[in-house]
Amino acid sequence: MSAQAILFDAPGPKTRQRHLIWTALGSLFVFGVAAGVLWILWDKGQITPDKWAPIFTFAAWKQYFVPGIQATLVAALVAIVASFALGLILAMGRMSDLRVLRIICTVVIEFFRAVPVLIMMLFVFFMLVYTFRMRGGTAPFLGVVVGLICYNGAVIAEVVRNGVASLPKGQREAGLSIGLSSSEVRRMILVPQALTAMMPTLVSQVVVILKDTALGYIILYPELLNSVRQMGSRFGNMTVAFTAGAVAFIFLNWCISKVAEWLERRLQRRGHTAGRIAEAEPGDVD
Amino acid sequence: MLELIERFDFFSAVWMTVKLTLWAALGSLILGTFIAVLRLSPIKVLQWAGSTYVTVFRNTPLTVVVVAANLVIWNQLGLEVAARNATYLDDTNFRLAILALVAYHAAFVCEAIRSGVNTIPVGQAEAARSIGLTFGQNLRHIILPQAFRGAVTPLGNVLIALTKNTTVVTAIGVAQVSHAMRRMIEFRSDVLFTVFGLVALTFIVLTLPLGILTGWASEKLAVKR
Repeated sequence: MSAQAILFDAPGPKTRQRHLIWTALGSLFVFGVAAGVLWILWDKGQITPDKWAPIFTFAAWKQYFVPGIQATLVAALVAIVASFALGLILAMGRMSDLRVLRIICTVVIEFFRAVPVLIMMLFVFFMLVYTFRMRGGTAPFLGVVVGLICYNGAVIAEVVRNGVASLPKGQREAGLSIGLSSSEVRRMILVPQALTAMMPTLVSQVVVILKDTALGYIILYPELLNSVRQMGSRFGNMTVAFTAGAVAFIFLNWCISKVAEWLERRLQRRGHTAGRIAEAEPGDVD
Repeated sequence: MLELIERFDFFSAVWMTVKLTLWAALGSLILGTFIAVLRLSPIKVLQWAGSTYVTVFRNTPLTVVVVAANLVIWNQLGLEVAARNATYLDDTNFRLAILALVAYHAAFVCEAIRSGVNTIPVGQAEAARSIGLTFGQNLRHIILPQAFRGAVTPLGNVLIALTKNTTVVTAIGVAQVSHAMRRMIEFRSDVLFTVFGLVALTFIVLTLPLGILTGWASEKLAVKR
């Protein structure tokens, strides 16, 4: 049900006129905000060629954008693969028939979901630096990646478990009645269908992972935010550098959410699953 | 552990986290509701403005927003948010942090309220229209009250995420829990695990009651249909 459909009737002539007035006021508001922002930028001398030209040079891309985006994507990719693996393992453990295993996995999942990602990153980073005396770029990288894996692994485990819970009861019963053991039913029947049904949500979780790589800025991982800041200092165009960095993040994440929405539509049309197709929203607000 | 808490003034760091959370929650609730109203309105321009805001802030990392608040909004564009006195820098960063947290979480509040609107049966709005309520009256008396009650769980999730996300503002030096954690470890790296345990426990203590409270409230407040 779309919100718009329930709130309005088809407008009559009087309403159309009122809408026209509101459209004019609304446009004024939007243009006012845009003009205000532009005016402040102009007033502070941010809209000049010497501020904007550097981001279109080869040097800026070679030294800042490309390495930054690359480091962001590498950390995100490693974290995505590993947190999906961890998520599956934790989900299996939490649904296990062994009580001890179930309790351990529940505690681990709830702990990682309650502790902020940054705290995990700081802990891993400082442990590597102070306890293991690690030098160079490995400690920040591992800090970012391990922090992301712990949190997102726990979130993905919960998504998978919700997916299994949303399957019709008959799926499990049918599996048991043809003689599969209960762990075989989970492995061969329930989890694959849950993964298909939850695919849009899982893809949306990738956005969360990609966004959280920017936390690496705090532990000096040379990702996009860090290189954008360095570029801003070097060319004296911090505002422009940050605008470019934000646009890069927004574009990347926007593409991923479009993929998630496309998957949602496609699966609704022809999904090979008995479960309800999940919405293209991250598994946890972040 | 007690010695650590005392030496690094851990409780004032916790208090700072609580203050950041409360102010940012209040601000993002107001801004988020406003944006939700824009997105629900019949005016195309306003819908577009609302959804653009949500797309931009949902896809930008919070760290970028926080650091930009300091390096761009304050440093480059010269927005002054605090009086020039002894605590000028601390006040500035505290308020910029709240500004950034509000801007970021308002997008999520907006989506939470919209999901609350989707829990309302069509008949409610149809009935409101048929007795002649205008869009504004409909929104004020029928839609928003029920939407808030239906949105308790997602709003609670945003609040929990916000509590955890206050850790990010260590990037601009606001002395809350994650900042205290960094200082503690830098001076006392021998008690790394104790420090981590303490900080983790703090967040569990802060977020667990919120989760239970929203669970209870969403059942209590849900519109019985």
